[in-house]
This record gives sequence, structure tokens and C-alpha cells, in this order.
Amino acid sequence: MTTSPIPVQRDTVLGDPTGEAAAHAAASPTTRRPASGRTEAAKAQLAAWLFLIPICVYLVAFYLWPLIRNIDLSLRDYTLGSFITGNAEFVGFDNYSKIFADPTFPTALWNTAVFVAMSLIFQYGIGLALAVFFHRKFPLSTTLRALFLVPWLLPLLVSASVWAWMMNSDSGVLNYFLESIGLDPVYWLTSPDWSLIAVIIANIWIGVPFNLVLLYSGLQAIPEDVYEAAAIDGAGRWQTFWRVTFPLLRPVSAITILLGLVYTLKVFDIIWIMSRGGPGTTSTTLAIWSYQLGFGGGNPQLSPAAAVGNVLIIIAFIFGMFYIRAQRKAAAA
Amino acid sequence: MITRNGRRKAVGLVAAAGVIGLLAACSSNGDTPSGDASNPSTGGGTYTLWDPYPDRDASSTWAQAIDACAAELGVTIERNSGNTGDTVKDLTTAASNLPDIAMVDNPKVPLLAEAGLLTTTDDNGLDVSSISQNILSAGVVDGKTYGVPIGANTLGLYYNPTVLEEAGVDIASVTDHASLTAALEKVVAAGHKGITFSAVGTEEGTFQYLPWFWGSGANLTQLDSPESLAALTLWTDWVKNGYAPQSVLTNTQGTSWDEFKTGDFGFAENGSWFQGDADAAGYKVIQIPGANGGAAPAPTGGEFITIPIQKDTSRYEMSAKITECLVDGDAGATALGYVAPTEAGAAAQAAANTAGATEFWVSAVADAKPRTADNLGTDYDVISQQIYTAIQVALSGTSSPQDALTAAQAAVQSNLG
Repeated sequence: MTTSPIPVQRDTVLGDPTGEAAAHAAASPTTRRPASGRTEAAKAQLAAWLFLIPICVYLVAFYLWPLIRNIDLSLRDYTLGSFITGNAEFVGFDNYSKIFADPTFPTALWNTAVFVAMSLIFQYGIGLALAVFFHRKFPLSTTLRALFLVPWLLPLLVSASVWAWMMNSDSGVLNYFLESIGLDPVYWLTSPDWSLIAVIIANIWIGVPFNLVLLYSGLQAIPEDVYEAAAIDGAGRWQTFWRVTFPLLRPVSAITILLGLVYTLKVFDIIWIMSRGGPGTTSTTLAIWSYQLGFGGGNPQLSPAAAVGNVLIIIAFIFGMFYIRAQRKAAAA
Repeated sequence: MITRNGRRKAVGLVAAAGVIGLLAACSSNGDTPSGDASNPSTGGGTYTLWDPYPDRDASSTWAQAIDACAAELGVTIERNSGNTGDTVKDLTTAASNLPDIAMVDNPKVPLLAEAGLLTTTDDNGLDVSSISQNILSAGVVDGKTYGVPIGANTLGLYYNPTVLEEAGVDIASVTDHASLTAALEKVVAAGHKGITFSAVGTEEGTFQYLPWFWGSGANLTQLDSPESLAALTLWTDWVKNGYAPQSVLTNTQGTSWDEFKTGDFGFAENGSWFQGDADAAGYKVIQIPGANGGAAPAPTGGEFITIPIQKDTSRYEMSAKITECLVDGDAGATALGYVAPTEAGAAAQAAANTAGATEFWVSAVADAKPRTADNLGTDYDVISQQIYTAIQVALSGTSSPQDALTAAQAAVQSNLG
């Protein structure tokens, strides 16, 4: 029997009790190669690199390069003229100290925290409730589930514009309903108390389908016999959910929340179209502030805008690290 | 271990990556074609023009005015329309490949000039001798002229005669801020809505606010003066007392006009470009009153035609000719609903009772003031941002007008100082 350089894959589940398959593979004609082991190894290495290069090029071009440019933008003082002359003075961490000292920073940070936390809690909660609801198949459940996806499928410009119209202080349909049941109209987008809540409501509406889809598929993956065992043990509906379903959903929940968090941190369109971060800075988040500094105001301040953007990246990165740590712990356990 | 099949797949992947890379490289330069192989001085050649009028499509009178100039000069003009708020950003990102002609909102001209994106009349040979001085001054920075206005517009106080009659308000009695507020009170008491305007958190908000600001005797260099406080308190009280709706905080001038056209409002502050619409609906217009009588100085609106820097300087000659063609006479200005920038053109419009350029508006524009005047230049943008922020904060009740203005002046000083 010639020693074959190709490692033979043994399917351990199906097994290869007599070793026959292995012997056949080793002896088959297609596995005979000329005896130049080193060229084979080199070719294998080359092929491995060829597989890696496209994805490396992609990552460098679309992830690493913009990140480096952004850091460069924040460490220098870029004015409009810099794009013509190419000169931008290196100012170190001046831009960062400028934004940390700005009175808008604590407001933006707080608004971002509230926006993300409230959005995630309600998106996840409502998504989970809907997923459990649709888990019991009933007639028309597929159609209804498809309809629930509509908020996610609509372009954000459309959703945000429609919400802005609905929440118009004088002629919006929400205030019409409130007045028709005898309540005072709420100045959703023009009052400093309500503007953040208004954009959070719109964001929750948009984010529920995403959670619904992921959690529903997570529920599908839970085997039926677990539920049967719980039923035999006499578990009630709530107990089944809390002690069986929810723990088994943990990995799906974790990824859903992480994806939701990273996405929500960056939310810009909804807030900008509905309230432009206003009135004042009451619904300004870090993403909105970054845009406002760079393109929203009269004088484009691109370097501070890049600095705010980097702060946002660092926050997202920290949460990503938490997630990876949690995954490692779960895998080790 | 790599099999023959696996190697084929690897080669295929690399080939695909290579093709995609090539396509990406080729398409990156294809955005704005500028310059052509043909020699501009012998006629022919393609010139790119960027304007902020995306709602004027190829069949509009504005596009026709451009085509007429292109035909007259024997060139092809490629027109690209963008959002007026994105003009600065679009020009900056195209910095190495600027269009031949760029139309920008007049307060942005000093900003782009200072960034070195524009040529002066010395560079491009543009003749500005016949342009009205008060609207040309928005494009003058340090004694050099960076562009010419395509036309100018300004703001007025429209009113709905039907609503005013029902409320028993005589328009002749509206002569200053106090009498206007009294008229609003009567209109609201009669069951109608008072006044609509745009106090949105953008340049439009500042634009609409300036007649009241200047009319109270305030100066842009001092935002926390008592005169400035009087102007902001006027607006804040209107919203607080229900004479102006909450929606002014999110209205653009366009949406404000839509509100006025519902027929429920007594007054609307809006621009000359809606005169045609107003005539059709039977609305009339007066000049915005000053705080103590007389007409308040209103800001000039309207875009400037600028000639950005090009690598091939021989293109300036034709770009200047195209600009002069668009600016002479009144075809361009009339198409946009503006008052023509030359005195002769404006007189012709007034004689023809052109919409947006009737005798009333021609004289209103002649009395109007550019926003970047008083040598404010690029400082104006910073001040404007603080003004509309202060307006938003005061009108929404986040802070009192006094606190809003103090914060605004402090921010201006820290940003400019």
C-alpha cells in the first residue's frame, strides 16, 4: 500500500468499522502522486494564500483603510481647504479634548445610551413575544408573519418621513387620536421632553421584525421532545417558557442583541429625518452629532466629526469584546 | 491537501477578485465627466454645470434657459442637480475634479472661496459691471469677486384677505411688530390660525428670522443684545400664545407655504418665489414691518454662479461666457422665480409683471441685505448655526430666550475666537 499524502477523512459518526473505506481511498489511482512531497506542500500553501487574498484585499480596502483615514482625520486639523492643498496640520489629541469639553458631549452620550437601551429592550421583548406567538402555527400565521416584516423592508427614508408626519404636533394622526379620546396633544418632535421618546418609538417599530425573524428561527431549532418532557413534568406555560425556552434561546438572543446593539449605536437616518437631533440637542446622539459637526452646520468641522465617530467605534468595539468573552466562557463551559 | 478541483476553484476566485478590482478601479473615475478632448476655443466641448434645483427637470424653463445658452455658444452643457444642503459637501468631495460651473447658495460663497475652490473675476475674466451691487456683495470677499448671482429673492408677509376680513383686521393697521401681534390675536380669536413661517434648525430658519432680527435693530455680531432678545421674544410669545403653530419648528419654507394654502392662516412669511401661487389663490403681500414701523431689512436669497478652479485654465473663458449668458437679460432669473441681477433685467421683469419679480419684489430686493454683508464672510455660517439653534431652543421651551441667546453668543465667540 503506498502512503497517500492525502489525509483520509474518517466519518466518525457513521464509522468505518472494517477500515475498508480507508484502504480503498488510499489505494485508489487518483491519489497516486509523484514522490515530490515538498512541491506538494508548497502548492498547498500557495492555494491557501490564494483563497485568503481576495478576502484580505476586501477587508483592507473596506474596513482597515477607512478606519485609518478616519483616525488620521481626527488627529489632524482638516479644513475645506485641506482637500485642495492636501495640507492638514497634525494636532494630536486636540480634537478629542475639544469634543470631550463640549457641553453637547455628555448630552449626546446620555441620549445614545438611553436610545440604545430602550430600543433594544423593547425590540427584543416585543420580538420575543411575537416569535413565541407565531411559534404556535395557526391559519394565516405565515401571512401575518410576512406582514410583520414590512417595517424592516421599507426604506428608512419612507419610514422616518411617515413617522414624522404622524407625529406632527398640529396635524399628525397621533395627536388626532389623543385629542379624540380627550387627552392633550403631545408635541412629539418639537418638545424637548418628547423628542427622544418619539425617535425611540419609531426605531422600536423598525427593529422589531429583525428580532422577530432571528428569535423565531431560534425557536424552531429547539427540539419538540424538550417541550414534551417539560409537559410530562407538569410545567405550566410560563414555567416552560422561562425555564426551558428562554435558556435554550440564549445563544440566538446573544447574537440578536449584539447585532441590534451595534446597529442601533449607528442609527442616523431616523433621528435626522424626524427631528435633526433637536430641538436643541435633546435628541442628539453621537452619530447625529458627528454628522452635524461634519456636514450639518454652516462650517464643516470634519476633524471633530471624525473624532466623535471614533468614539462611537470604540464603544461598539468594547461591546463586541464583551460578546466574544461571553462566547468563550460559554464554549469553555 | 489541495486537489485538482480545489486548485481550479482557487484560480477562479482570484480571477473573479481581479475582475471586480478592475471594474472598481475603472468606475471610480467615472462620476463627473469634466473636460473633453475637443478644444474649447474652437467651439464644441462639454461643460459641466451643477445646480441645486433637482425639482427643475429637463422640461423646465430653467433647463431650457441653459439649453438656449448652450446653443448660442455652440457648446454642450451637462447639468447635474443636487440638494442645496449638500452643495458644499459635494464640491469638497469632488475637489480634484470640480465642475466648470457650480451654483451655490449665496451665504456659502465666502466659505468655498476661503477654501480655495473658486476663481475670482481676475482669474476667469467674468464681467460683473452690470450686476446690482447689493446682491453682488454676497460674493465679494476681501475685495475680490468670486461669483455672480443668478438672481435674488427676498421675504415678504403674505396675508389671506378672506381670513383677515372675517377677523375684522385692516391690513393697513399692520405697521410694526405690536400691531402685527394685535392682528394675530384678532385672527385667532375669530377661530382661525395666526401666522406660519419656518423656524427649522437649518439655514432656512435663520433666513426667515433675519427680517424680524434686523427689523428690531439687532446686529449679527451681537446675538445677546436687547434688540436681539426682543426679536426672539416676539417669535417665542407667538408660539406660546398659540398665534403660530408648533409646526413652525419643523417647517421648511415649502411646508410652511403648504400650511398657508390650507386657507386657515391669516399670515405667512414667505418668499417672492411663491408670488405666482399667491396670485392664483388670491393672497396678497406686504413688506415685513420693522419693530417700530417702516419696512424691515430682509435678507437676499438666491444662488450664485461660481467658476471653480480647473486644471485646464483655458476653460475659464467659455465658462465665463456661459455665466454671462445665463445672467444677462432675465431668462434664467425668471425661470427660477427670482429678480434678475442686472438693473435692466429687473426693470424688464417689473414691466412684464413677472411672477416673483413684480414691481413690489424688485423694490423689495433693492432694499434687501445679503447675509454675509458687514464683512462677516465665513463667520456668518457659524453665527447662523447658533441663531437657528437658539430659535429651536427658545421656541420649543427648552430654555428661555435670554438663556438661549447668551449661550448662542458664547458659542459664537468660542468658535470664532
